Amino acid sequence: MLKDTKFHLIALLAVLVLLLAGCQAAATPTEEAATEPPAAETEDVTEAPMTEEPVATEEAAGDIVIALVPKNLGNPYFDTANNGAQEAAAELGIEVQYQGSSTADATEQIQLLNSLIAQEVDGLAISANDADALVPTGQDAMAQGIPVVTWDSAIAPEGRDVHINQATAEGIARVQIEMAHRLADGEGQIAILSATSTAPNQNEWIGFMEEILQEPDYQGLELVDTVYGDDEDEKSYNEALGLMTTYPDLEVIIAPTTVGIAASARAVQDQGRIGEVLVTGLGTPNQMREYVKSGAAPEFALWNPGDLGYLAVYTIYHMVQGDITGAPGDEFDAGKLGNYTILDDGTILLGAPTVFDADNIDDFDF
Amino acid sequence: MAATHSETRSARHSRRVSLRNILVRWELLLVVLITVVTLINIQQSPFFLKPVNLSRAARDFMELGIMMLPMTYIIIALATVDLSVASIMGMCASFMGLLFMNGVDIWIAVAAALALGVAAGAMNGFLVAHVKLPALVVTLATYAFYRGMAYAMLGDEAARGYPESFTYLGQGFIGDGRIIPFSLILFLALALIFGVVLHTTTFGRYLYAIGNNEQAARYSGVPVDRVKMILFVLSGFMSALAGLVLAARFGSTRPDIGLGLELTVITATVLGGISISGGTGTMIGAILSLLLIGLVRFGMGLMNLQGQVQDIVIGLLLIISVLLPSIGRMLSRRGALSNLNVSQVLQVTLFVIAMALFVAFFLWSRSLL
Repeated sequence: MLKDTKFHLIALLAVLVLLLAGCQAAATPTEEAATEPPAAETEDVTEAPMTEEPVATEEAAGDIVIALVPKNLGNPYFDTANNGAQEAAAELGIEVQYQGSSTADATEQIQLLNSLIAQEVDGLAISANDADALVPTGQDAMAQGIPVVTWDSAIAPEGRDVHINQATAEGIARVQIEMAHRLADGEGQIAILSATSTAPNQNEWIGFMEEILQEPDYQGLELVDTVYGDDEDEKSYNEALGLMTTYPDLEVIIAPTTVGIAASARAVQDQGRIGEVLVTGLGTPNQMREYVKSGAAPEFALWNPGDLGYLAVYTIYHMVQGDITGAPGDEFDAGKLGNYTILDDGTILLGAPTVFDADNIDDFDF
Repeated sequence: MAATHSETRSARHSRRVSLRNILVRWELLLVVLITVVTLINIQQSPFFLKPVNLSRAARDFMELGIMMLPMTYIIIALATVDLSVASIMGMCASFMGLLFMNGVDIWIAVAAALALGVAAGAMNGFLVAHVKLPALVVTLATYAFYRGMAYAMLGDEAARGYPESFTYLGQGFIGDGRIIPFSLILFLALALIFGVVLHTTTFGRYLYAIGNNEQAARYSGVPVDRVKMILFVLSGFMSALAGLVLAARFGSTRPDIGLGLELTVITATVLGGISISGGTGTMIGAILSLLLIGLVRFGMGLMNLQGQVQDIVIGLLLIISVLLPSIGRMLSRRGALSNLNVSQVLQVTLFVIAMALFVAFFLWSRSLL
C-alpha cells in the first residue's frame, strides 16, 4: 500500500514537471501578448492576468494585434509573406502574430482561428485551407467585430470582408509576353511549355497570351507551338528537348508553371544552348536562382508573397482604425505599395507580378 | 463505474486487484491532469473562462468524441483499432453532399449517408468476423478504399448550401444563450448510452470477456463473431454520424473532410486508459481523455503555442499513459522494490531524461526565433 502511494506521488511529480516544462514556453509569448492586450471589452476581464491593468477603450495603434494565418507553417512562401507583414507592422507600430497549424488542413486551421477569435485579436489575415469550410468561422469572427481579410487563398465571400487577389489572369499572361519580348529582342520564334492540357489556370493564361500576341507591339513574336509537360519534371524536360530539336531557330520558351520552367532551364543548360534559347515564365526564386545566374533563364515572374502579407496588414489596419469598412469603392493607402481600391467583387488586386532577374533575385528566399 | 467489472471475477484474483488499481489510478491521474491544465489555462489566459469561447472550442472536438465511443469498444474487445473511421466519415459526408447537390432532400441524404456508414462498417465486420482477416489489415485497406470513394464522389468539388436545419447539427446551440452547442449534447447523450451499455449490460461484459481471452469467451458461449460484426457496424454508423456533424459544422463537404482524424481518435482513446492490449478500460476514462486533449489544445492555442508544440505535448501525454500502467504493474507486484529490474528502471529514467532534454531544447530553440 505504502509503495502504491509512493508510486502515485512519483508519477504525479513526473507529469507535473513535464507539464511545467511545457508552460515555461507559454510564459514567454503570453507575456508579450499580455503587455499589448486587445483593449476591447475590458469589462469581462475580471480575472486579469498579472501584467494587465484596466485599459481605456480607445484603441491606440500600439494595442492593435493582427494575426497572420498561413495555410501551414514551415513553408518558405508563407514565411516570405510574414516578412512583408512584419515590415508593415513595424511601419504602422502594430503587432502582427504569425500563427499557423502544422498541416494544411481545414479542421486544424479552424481550431487555430477559434483560439485567435477567443483571444479577441483585432484582425485576421488568412490564407484559407478550404474556401467553404472556413465560412462559419469567418462569420463568427466578423460577428464579433473582427475584420477578416484573406490572401493567397480565399474564403468564400460570405465568410470574409475582403480578399487580396495576387494577380489577374490577364496580368500574369501579359508579364510573360513582355519578358519573352525582351528576351527575344522584339522578334523571333517562341513556344509555350505548359502543365497538363486540361489545367484551367494555365489554359486561361495561354488564352490571354494568344490575345496579347495579336497586339501591334508583339507582332515580331511568332508562337510556333504549345506543348504539355503535365507538371512532371521528366516529361517537361523531354518536351523542352523536343521543342529545341523541332524548332532550331526557337528563341524563347515560356513555361507558365513552376515545374516546367525549371525543367526547361535545365534542358537548355544540359544542351549547352544557353544564350541561344532562353527560358522564362512563372517560377520561384529559390528554384530558379541557379538558372538566372547561369543565363539559361535570365528573368521570370511571380507575385511577391511578401507584398501580399504587407498589403493584408495595411488593409486590416485601416479597417480596425475605421478608415474603411471593406466595402467596394473604399480607398486606402498601403505604404510602399501605394494606393488601393476595393473592387466591386470585394477583392483587392495586388498589382502586376514581380519580375525576378539577376539584379534582385538574391533579395528573395522562397 | 470502474467498480462494475464483474466480468473480471473469473480472472485470477490477485491480478484482478492490481489491474483495477491501475485503472482507478489512471482515471484519477486524468482528473488531476485536467485540473492542472485548467488552472494553468485560467492563470495564463483571461479569455479561457469566457463561456462563448469554451463553447466554441468544445464544438471543435465533438466529432472526435463521437468516433471515440465505438473505438473504445473495439480496442477493449479486439485489442485492435479501426483505421477506416475517418475514411468512412469522409465517404458518408461526401455521399450526403453528392445527393444533396443532385437535388435530393437533405434528410433523405442524411439517412442514406448513415445507411452507407452501416454498410461500410458491415463490410469491415464481415471481413474480420467471417473471413477471419486481421482487423488492422482490413481497415487499412478500407481506409484507402473508402477515402478513394469520397474523392470519386465529389472530385475537386465541394458540396455546399446546406439548409440551416441541417447545419444546426454542427453549428447550433440549445436555448437562446448560444452557449450550449447542440453537438455537445448529442455527444454526451451518446456517451451516456455507450457507457451504460459497456458497464451494465451483457453485451458490455462480452466485450471485456473477448478482450481478456477470446478463446475462453468463445467456449463459454459468447457469440464472438456476432459481437465483432456489431462493433464494426457500430463504428461505421458512428463515423458516418460524426461525418454529418462535421459537414454541418463546416457548412460544406469536400472529399478530404476529416482526413487523418483516425489517429487523433485512437490517440484520445488510448490516452483514456483503454489498454491497446485489450480487456481493460472504462468509458469515463475515454471521456476524461477527450476533455484533457480539448483543454490542452484550446489552452495552448490561447497561449499562441502552435500546432507542433501541441502535438508534442499530446504525444508526451500518450507516452506517459502507456508508460505509467506498465511501471505500475511492475511496482505493484509482490516485493516490488526488491524485484525491481534495475536495467528497466534505468531505461525508463534515461528515456524520461532524453524526452525532457528534447523538449527543453525545442523550447529553447523556439524562444530564440
